[in-house]
Amino acid sequence: MNQSHSTMRHDTAHGSLRSYLVGLVLSLILTAISFGMVMSARQMTAGLAVIVLVTAVAQILVQIIFFLHMDGRREQLWDTMTGLYSLAILLFIVLGSLWIFHHLHINTMMIGH
Amino acid sequence: MTALTHPHGQDHDHTHHEEEQASRDQFGFWLYILTDCLIFATLFATYAVMAKNFAGKTEPHEVFDLAYVAVETVLLLLSSFTFGLAMLAMRRMNQAKLKLWLYVTFLLGAGFITMELHEFHHLAREGVTPQLSGYWSIFFSLIGTHGLHVSAGLIWMIVMVIALNKIGLTAANRSRIAMLSLFWHFLDIIWICVFSFVYLLGAFA
Repeated sequence: MNQSHSTMRHDTAHGSLRSYLVGLVLSLILTAISFGMVMSARQMTAGLAVIVLVTAVAQILVQIIFFLHMDGRREQLWDTMTGLYSLAILLFIVLGSLWIFHHLHINTMMIGH
Repeated sequence: MTALTHPHGQDHDHTHHEEEQASRDQFGFWLYILTDCLIFATLFATYAVMAKNFAGKTEPHEVFDLAYVAVETVLLLLSSFTFGLAMLAMRRMNQAKLKLWLYVTFLLGAGFITMELHEFHHLAREGVTPQLSGYWSIFFSLIGTHGLHVSAGLIWMIVMVIALNKIGLTAANRSRIAMLSLFWHFLDIIWICVFSFVYLLGAFA
């Protein structure tokens, strides 16, 4: 009983063969969707860009849940909290940079260059 | 002395200590992964800012080969899956199978790196090099940083196979392989962002 309740990360943070297979199949399907849609398109449209973004986010979630086995369990509290904090910084960096440079381009009349 | 009087007690303490150590090590490694994630965030932010800075030179849609990138992606996805199988073998303490899946993962990763180097070589022959424009500077920085990480992962796999041959499936080695697994899945996630934001969204003029 004691052994099965082990809190060792590399005991609990393992999936089953089933979870890895589900993860692989889902990632291959999502990859096929995004590549297939772009490769059969003639030009980039807003709708196509949204599909690429949504499948990318979905695929990252598939990797986190089925390959990394992060599901917000109690014993992963610290991993989850630090992960969410990093995500916030990541969004500040990426969105903040885009925001600043968008205004820079407008103010220096470099739109589209 | 205690070993004579309480052999089981000490054995239990020892296991408990190793578990705590492994848990601490892996949390530390998780924090490293998160900071590495921020390095890639700054590279992606720079890429987004430079996305149209072609300086009138070659644009990405003229030279990107999406079918080629799709094959690279499948190699890396499969290698993430085979590392999962290696982890399952490790949990069953099956060292032979663990090494077998590490070899398969290594070959898939090496295939990915070979294809990436071939792509860079092909681009260079077309005259597309980092100094061509702001866009290509950050393109090669971003993809090159990811490629260097994958190469480091491949070297780490070789080191782990040597460590397994030398001291076997000890608690320390199991913990190291668990960290390598985290590193490898993380690189797969970064690649998802690379092919989506760089290759797919840059596929058209």
